[in-house]
Amino acid sequence: MALLQIAEPGQAAAPHEHKLAAGIDLGTTNSLVASVRSGTPETLPDEKGEHLLPSVVAYTESAILTGSEALANVQGDALNTISSVKRLMGRGIEDLRLLGDNLPYEFAETESKVPRIHTRAGDVSPVEVSAEILKALGKRAESALGGELTGVVVTVPAYFDDAQRQATKDAATLAGLRVFRLLNEPTAAAIAYGLDKGADGIHAIYDLGGGTFDISVLRLNRGVFEVMSTGGDSALGGDDFDRAVAGWIMEQTGIKNPDSSVQAELMRVARAAKEALTTQQTTEIELQDPAWKGTLDTSTFNGLVDSLVRRTISACRRALRDAGITADEVEDVVMVGGSTRVPRVRELVGEFFGREPLVDIDPDRVVAIGAAIQADILAGNKPDEEMLLLDVNPLSLGIETMGGLVEKIIPRNTTIPVARAQEFTTFKDGQTAMAIHVVQGERELVDDCRSLARFELRGIPPMVAGAARIRVTYRIDADGLLEVEAEEQTQGVHASIEVKPSYGLSDSEVADMLRSSVEHARDDMEARKLREQQVEGDRVIEALVAALEADGDELLNPEERNSIDTELAKLRELVADTDATAIEQGIKALETACEFYVERRMNSNIRKAMAGHSVNEFEQEAE
Amino acid sequence: MLDLSKNFFELFGLPVSFDIDTTALRERYRELQRSVHPDRFANASGQEQRLAMQGSTFINEAFETLRDPLARAQYMLRLHAGEDPVSDNETTKDTAFLMEQLELREALSEIRHQADPLGAIADFLDNVTLKLNQVTGSMATDFENPSAEQLDMIRERVRKLQFLRKLQQEAEAVEAQLEEELL
Repeated sequence: MALLQIAEPGQAAAPHEHKLAAGIDLGTTNSLVASVRSGTPETLPDEKGEHLLPSVVAYTESAILTGSEALANVQGDALNTISSVKRLMGRGIEDLRLLGDNLPYEFAETESKVPRIHTRAGDVSPVEVSAEILKALGKRAESALGGELTGVVVTVPAYFDDAQRQATKDAATLAGLRVFRLLNEPTAAAIAYGLDKGADGIHAIYDLGGGTFDISVLRLNRGVFEVMSTGGDSALGGDDFDRAVAGWIMEQTGIKNPDSSVQAELMRVARAAKEALTTQQTTEIELQDPAWKGTLDTSTFNGLVDSLVRRTISACRRALRDAGITADEVEDVVMVGGSTRVPRVRELVGEFFGREPLVDIDPDRVVAIGAAIQADILAGNKPDEEMLLLDVNPLSLGIETMGGLVEKIIPRNTTIPVARAQEFTTFKDGQTAMAIHVVQGERELVDDCRSLARFELRGIPPMVAGAARIRVTYRIDADGLLEVEAEEQTQGVHASIEVKPSYGLSDSEVADMLRSSVEHARDDMEARKLREQQVEGDRVIEALVAALEADGDELLNPEERNSIDTELAKLRELVADTDATAIEQGIKALETACEFYVERRMNSNIRKAMAGHSVNEFEQEAE
Repeated sequence: MLDLSKNFFELFGLPVSFDIDTTALRERYRELQRSVHPDRFANASGQEQRLAMQGSTFINEAFETLRDPLARAQYMLRLHAGEDPVSDNETTKDTAFLMEQLELREALSEIRHQADPLGAIADFLDNVTLKLNQVTGSMATDFENPSAEQLDMIRERVRKLQFLRKLQQEAEAVEAQLEEELL
């Protein structure tokens, strides 16, 4: 007989208590935070009622400003006002030149490959700038929801590579947020859209933001969103439209080599003109210094942006091919991102897919809404929710082989999580080390792909050439992040790295930043660590209690149950105390004690999922 | 460790056969992912998350293997003969087939000079698909209690499939390039 369970006072087992979670759309131009409140996902406004937070951070004499306050600072202080930082995420200094941007910032010379922008508050990396935006949104959510966030879902362009994803996750960590998951923006939009319409079938999500473009083709089937293919350009967006218009103005006015403030002014009027042309046929453009007035009409504008829009159409064509479908099999084309307001974009996309694209959900908010729905589910607020996302890796993963060629290991559009292993052998007699260079991209030459990481497997026992067996395993997790492991099979020499992209920050750099940031003075760090461990401890306890309630009686004999209960009680005591290290150890001890149980649960899950499907039944069906 | 010792067919509750019910496969794939995907364990202990990742990865691999005819044939060879699939280094000795491959490759390299290159490449791809289907056509029968000779025959077919698959990929790359240039 199962014993009745009585919780300790103040520790009521309430696994279904609503947890605060939020979805964050960290955009190039604007960012948003949304949450599910009383069953409805909605974007959260600031105290002035504004939902969109301009993705701008200003380092002024007295403070770090974000959003419209920062934006107001751009004129006159462009060097200390950072906008569109998303374009710099996970990029190296060489990449920035390739982006072809005339970025109005001063970059500091550093030994690290991560670019650092010189500001009056010191040199800052793109990760730190993004962290300021995330921090502002996190605070907004906590004050709107009235409590601490359990975790967040942060969206990234589907076409982001490993370095860009890692940088985004680092930024969230730096902002003190726990990341449940990095979610691809078009997938987030599909959730918001699909759940709204409950429409099974194949959908294409065309997402053109301020600085990035994504196309995703998904199949929705009874709550399961299967991404069939994804493509895009992580350096193409509305900013490029503005730049094209700014270039046209420079031609008209004869401005050459504008300084940073003229550049900022040019971009501002260019953007205003672009926005005006979404509803009008012509628009007046006026510059103060140098004084100039002109008119831009739709057909001139279309001529300026056409080649950019056609690049997105080529990506759509590739995505359909990768999905193995034709345009007429796509039921709906959903438009996401502010730049899809441009009529020429809608026109060409409609032409390509042969149907009117859907624009009925606010293209600015739909990504954040989808992220909020996913965050709510991941927080465990909807235990019976049937929704599931099966996403893919956007870029092929490979390694360098002889002659600077790339050997593809995991092709693009493979469903994640995924693992692939490969065996290598030594090239020379007595060879004791092997260098492994991991790259991402579609091209055949290493130099044309993105270098993600280099590492060495050392200590291979000396053998004749070709005798060693080195097994390299690549794993991409559900966030799209990569891990590589190498092992010499005959003697068990092991090397493992979590791929820290060449342009990323090391864990210690992130830790250093946390430490050095003003808000986290030393005392604070101690308190913070304790708080983190307590939260983690509570989480582990809660998850275990819920699990035991669900199937503890079924899967454990009394003796086993007893040993788990003992460790559980120990951890409860530790969490109530103030020794962070002891809590950390207690969590580990409990996890070890539960290992067999957790495995039984997972196996039982699989069995249950397949219950009722036997081979015989299948044969009957087939008859 | 997770109990992942089952073969891929058992995992999906399907009979071991080259002819596969793709609808049932896809449906059961979704059901399995629903029960083990890491998203189901976002709030669980680190250990459970690792297991979920392992389980989900395994199910993805099983699904990818069974739904692709070439991967499925290689996997079944392994099940039947307990050996590694046909390696890339072994090649078919069927000279007629090899000659045809050479001719096809030559045709592919000339295709952009045709009057309607996009139409020509589409026809070319249809032809390759047809050839792929011809090779896989009798596999289901061959795999029923295969004798040593039949296994050898299947190996030979798999080698041909590898050739055709590579040709298909190259043709698709040419098509993509042509579309890029012409559309």
